[in-house]
Amino acid sequence: MSANEIILDVKDLQTSFKTDTGEVRAVDGVSFQLPKGKTIGIVGESGSGKSITSLSILRLLASNGTIKNGEVLYKGQDLLKFSEAQMRKLRGNEISMIFQEPMTSLNPVYTVGQQISEALILHQNMSKKEAAVRSVELLKLVGIPSPDKRVKNYPFELSGGMRQRVMIAMSLACNPEILIADEPTTALDVTIQAQILELIKDLQERLGMSVIFITHDLGVVAETCDYVAVMYAGQVVEYADVRTLFKEPKLPYTIGLLNSLPRHDIEQDKLEPIQGNVPSPHNMPVGCRFAPRCPAATDLCRAKMPKLETDENGNQIRCWIYSEEWDGESEVNLYGETRIAKGRGTKTVLPD
Amino acid sequence: MTKFIIRRLLQTIPVLLGVTILVFSLMHLVPGDPAQIVAGEGASEQTVENIRERLGLNESIPVQYGTFLGNALQGDLGSSIRSGRPVMEEIGARFWVTVELAFYATLVAVFLGLIAGIVSAVRHYTLADTSIMIAALFGLSMPNFWFGLLLIQWFAIGNWMPESLEFLKMRPSGWGDSWRQIILPVLTLGTGGAAIIARMTRSSMLEVIGQDYIRTARAKGVSERIVTYRHALKNALIPVVTVVGLEFGGFLGGAVLTETIFAINGMGRLTIDAIRTRDFPIVQGTVLVISVIFVLVNLIVDISYRLLNKRIDMN
Repeated sequence: MSANEIILDVKDLQTSFKTDTGEVRAVDGVSFQLPKGKTIGIVGESGSGKSITSLSILRLLASNGTIKNGEVLYKGQDLLKFSEAQMRKLRGNEISMIFQEPMTSLNPVYTVGQQISEALILHQNMSKKEAAVRSVELLKLVGIPSPDKRVKNYPFELSGGMRQRVMIAMSLACNPEILIADEPTTALDVTIQAQILELIKDLQERLGMSVIFITHDLGVVAETCDYVAVMYAGQVVEYADVRTLFKEPKLPYTIGLLNSLPRHDIEQDKLEPIQGNVPSPHNMPVGCRFAPRCPAATDLCRAKMPKLETDENGNQIRCWIYSEEWDGESEVNLYGETRIAKGRGTKTVLPD
Repeated sequence: MTKFIIRRLLQTIPVLLGVTILVFSLMHLVPGDPAQIVAGEGASEQTVENIRERLGLNESIPVQYGTFLGNALQGDLGSSIRSGRPVMEEIGARFWVTVELAFYATLVAVFLGLIAGIVSAVRHYTLADTSIMIAALFGLSMPNFWFGLLLIQWFAIGNWMPESLEFLKMRPSGWGDSWRQIILPVLTLGTGGAAIIARMTRSSMLEVIGQDYIRTARAKGVSERIVTYRHALKNALIPVVTVVGLEFGGFLGGAVLTETIFAINGMGRLTIDAIRTRDFPIVQGTVLVISVIFVLVNLIVDISYRLLNKRIDMN
C-alpha cells in the first residue's frame, strides 16, 4: 500500500449535528486512506455514519451539521481549510459524488442533458453547444441506448436504473480524480444493481479514477473494492485490504458481520445475526462501542475506548483483543472462530 | 399542448353554465316579486306590470333562463334598470379600471411576495426570516379597508400623494397618468396577496431545498445563488403559480372595498351600487364577468403549471 500514492487521506474526522435533543456526534474518529486508482469500500450498518463521512469530505452537510475536528487531505491539501469558493471548484470537478436515491436525486424540471451540461459549462468552460455534444457522449459511455434522444428526456421519463446511469454520467462529466458512490445500487433491482456495479468498475479502470464506495452490502464490497473500512457507531473500527478482511477478519464486529451473510461454500442451517442493536448516538458506551454486543467483551472493553492501531501490513483495527493491554483469554472465540489475542492474556487465562 | 388547452377549454363549459344558472337565479332567489322590488314601493300596478313585461318575468323560468343564456352568449346582458344603458356598456366602462388595479396589485404581490419568501427561506430561522414572517402575518390579518384608510391617513392627507384620491377622475382614460394615483390603492390591495405569496414561497422553497436534487446540484459545484434560483426556485414556483392566479382572480372580485375607499369607479363599485339600487341586470352582469375571468385565470394557471412542471404531461 505504501508504494501507492495516497490521493485522499482522512484523519480522525469528527462531525456532529445539532438536534433538538442536543448535539449528536454522527462521525467520531474516522480515518482511512484512499490510494490513487483504487477503490475503498466503507461498510457499516444504517446510522454508522458512512454517508455523513462522505458528505463531510465534500463539505455538503446539512446546515445543522459541522465538522468538529480532523483532516481531509486531498493531494496533500486539507479540504477542511479550503474556502467555500475553492470547494465549489473541486466539487463535481475533481471529486464528484453519486447518491443512493436515483429517483429523487435529479432535478425534475430540467432535462438530463441540461443537468449533465451544467457541470461541464461550470468547470470546463464549455459552451452550451459543446456541453450538449459531450452530454450525449457521456450518456453513451454509461450505456444508455439512443443517447441523442435520451439527452432531451426529463428524469421522470427514465427508469431508476437509467437515472442512476445519468447520475454516473453527470459525476463523470469532468473526469474526476475521486468518485464517491454513496450506496449507488441500494435503491435498484438486483439485476440492475449488478449492471451498475459493473459499469462503475469498468469506468474506473478506463478512466483511472479512485473510488469511495459506500455500502452496507459486503457482497458489493467483495466484488468492487480493493480496501475496506468497516464503520461502527461513527468510527472506523477495521481497515484492511479486501482479501485480508474477508479471509481473516480480526474485529469481532467484522467477524459477526461476515457470519451473518449467506455463503455458498459451506453448509449453513441458518444465518447467525449479531445480537443487540447499534447504540443510540445520544447514549454512546464509554468504552468500546461494540462492547455491549461483543461476545468477548471484558471489563477493559467496557471501560475504555480502544484506539485505531495500525499493524505491520498497514491494516488498522480498533480492538483491545489485539493490544498489549488485553485482559481476557488469549484464545478468543468469536462467533465460532478463534482469534489469538496479543499481549499478556496468557497470564489470566486457562483457570482449569 | 394544444390538445390539453382544447380539453381544458371544454372543461370550462359546464363550469360556466353552472355560473350562468347561479347568476340567473339571483333575481329569483331574492325574496319578493322582482318587478315589485325594481319598481319600488308605492309604484302603480301598471308600472310593475310594465317592468315585469320588460324583464320577461311572465315567461316560465326555463324559458327565461334560455333567453338569458342566449342573449348572454351574444354579449347581451340586458340593460341597466337605473340608467337604461346596456349592461355590457356599463361594465365596459368600469372593467379596465378594475383590471388595471388588479393587475398592478398582482405585480406588487408577486414582486414583494417572491422576494420576501425567498429571503425568508434562504435565511430561515434568522432574524430576517422572523421579521419577514411577522410582517407577512400583519399583511395577512390586516383588513383591506383599514389598511387603505391608514395609507390615506399617512400619505394622502399629509399631501404626499393627494393624487391617490384622484384615481377616479383620471380613469378610464387609459394607462398610467401617474404612479402616484394608483400606488395607494394598489398597495392596499397587493399587500395581503404579497403576504400569502411570501408564506407560500417560503414553505415551498424550504421543502424544495431539502430535496435530494438540491444536494446533487451542490455536489456538482454549483454556487448557492444558482442552487437557489435555478434549481430550487423553479420547482418551488409550481404551487406559488396557483396562488398568484387565484390572487389575481380574487383581486378582480375583491377590489370592492378598495374601490370604495379610494372612490375608484371600477366594477366593485358598480356591483355595490347595483346591489343597493336593486339593479339586477347589472349585478348579474358583473358577477358573470368576474366569474368568467376567474375561470379563464384558472385556465392560464393550469397551462403555466404544465409549462413549469413537465410531469403533468403524463396525466
